Amino acid sequence: MNSIGKAIRISDKVWWVGAVDWTVRDFHGYQTSRGTTYNAYLIMADKITLVDTVKAPFRDELLSRISSVVKPEDIDYIISNHSEMDHSGCLPEIIDIIKPEKVFASVMGQKALESHFRIGSNITPVKTGDSISLGNMNISFIETKMLHWPDSMVSYLKEEQILFSQDGFGMHLAVNRLFDDENNWEIMEEEAEKYFGNILMPYSNLILKLLDSLKELNLPIKLVAPDHGPVWRSHFAKIAGLYGKWAEHKPVPRAIVVYDTMWNSTAMMAKTIGEGLRESGVEFKLLPMNVSHRSDVATEVLRSNAIIVGSPTINNNIFPTMADVLTYVKGLSPTNMIGASFGSYGWSGEAVKLLNEYLKSMNVEMVSEGYRAKYVPTEADLKACFELGKLVGEKLLAKSKQ
Amino acid sequence: MDKYVCDACGWVYDPAKGDPDHGVAPGTAFADLPDDWTCPECGVGKDSFSKQE
Repeated sequence: MNSIGKAIRISDKVWWVGAVDWTVRDFHGYQTSRGTTYNAYLIMADKITLVDTVKAPFRDELLSRISSVVKPEDIDYIISNHSEMDHSGCLPEIIDIIKPEKVFASVMGQKALESHFRIGSNITPVKTGDSISLGNMNISFIETKMLHWPDSMVSYLKEEQILFSQDGFGMHLAVNRLFDDENNWEIMEEEAEKYFGNILMPYSNLILKLLDSLKELNLPIKLVAPDHGPVWRSHFAKIAGLYGKWAEHKPVPRAIVVYDTMWNSTAMMAKTIGEGLRESGVEFKLLPMNVSHRSDVATEVLRSNAIIVGSPTINNNIFPTMADVLTYVKGLSPTNMIGASFGSYGWSGEAVKLLNEYLKSMNVEMVSEGYRAKYVPTEADLKACFELGKLVGEKLLAKSKQ
Repeated sequence: MDKYVCDACGWVYDPAKGDPDHGVAPGTAFADLPDDWTCPECGVGKDSFSKQE
C-alpha cells in the first residue's frame, strides 16, 4: 500500500487518522468552497478502537495513517457514530481488511448500515448510557437522533476526556493544521455557521435540548473531535455558545432580498427594496440567484430574520432558480422569519401569488400582500417597492427590539 | 392505548404524553391524531408509523 500520510496525535492515546479532501466543491448540493476533511480517530487502548471511517475513495489515506501507528489488522473495535457515506463509505472494506472483534453503532445505525451495505449482522447496537470497556479505558455513548440523521450518536472517551461529536460542531474546511487554535477563527466561524445553516438548522430545537443535556451531564471535556474540520481544543465554549445562538434564531435587524430577473425589471425592484430597507435602518443583503448559491442563501437565512423574495413570472410560474432556493430553504425550516414577495410580469403575473404561498408554507409571517410591476417598473412602482422594503425593515426593527 | 414507533427515526408516540408542542393533548390515541400530523423529530407522516410490539 502507498504511504499517503501519517497519523496526527491529538492526545496521549488518540490519533487522528482521517482524510483531507481539498477537491470537493459540491457536497450533495452544498457548495463546499474550502473543501473538507473526513475525520476518523484511532484510540490506542488495550482494545484498539477506530472511531468512524472516511468516504470510500479515501480508504487508502485512512489505512496509510492508521499504519503509521499500528497494523490495521490489530484494531479490535470499530465505532460508527454516523452512517452517512462520508463516514461509512469504506466501512465494509475496512471490516474485511481489519476483521474487528466488534463494530458498534446505535440501533438506528445498525439498520442504516444494513440498508447501505447489508452489514447489519456485523453490528453490535448500543444505546444512550451504554459504556464499553477498552481494557484500560472506557467509552460511552449518547444517541443524538436526528442530529442530523436517525442513526447519529456521539461517543465519550472518559480517560482522555474526548467527545467524538460526529457531525456536531463540524464544518467543511480542508485544513493542514488539525486544531482549532492553529486555524483562523473568522474562517472557522464562517464555515461552522454555513454548516449549521445547511445541515443542522431544521433540528434547532434538538440542538438546544442537546446543549442543555451536555450542560447537565457536565462531562469534563478536553477535546471535541468532530467528523469534519478542526478538532476543538481551545474554542469549544465559543462554538457551543454560537450553536445556542444559531438554534434560537432570535430576531436581529438584518434582512435578505433573494431574487432572479429576466430583463432587469425584478432586479430594479430588488435594488429599490434594498434602498427601503436601508432607509428603515436595518442591515440587508441582496442575493441575485443567477450568481448566488443556495447553500450561501442558507447561511444568510441563519443571519437574518426577514426574507423578501422576488421572481418574474415565466410561463405562469416562478423562475426555476427561485423554485430551487425556496425548496431548499423551506426544507431547512427557519424560524422567526417575516417576509414579503415581489416581481415583474408581462401578462399573467402568477409569480407573486406563488411566492406568497411558498413563504406561508414556511411559516414566514407575511408583512404585505406583495407587489407586482407590469413589464418595466414605473416611478410609482419603484416608490411602492421602496415603501415595501421600508415596511419590512420597520417591522423587523420592532421585532428585534422586543 | 398502543404506542407507535416512527419507522424512519425511531421516535415513539406515547398516547399518555401526546405531542403538546404540536397541539396534541395527552391521552390522544394514535388513530385520533390529525391526518396532517407529522413525526416531531424527523417530519414523516402518520403512515410511516408502526404499532410498538
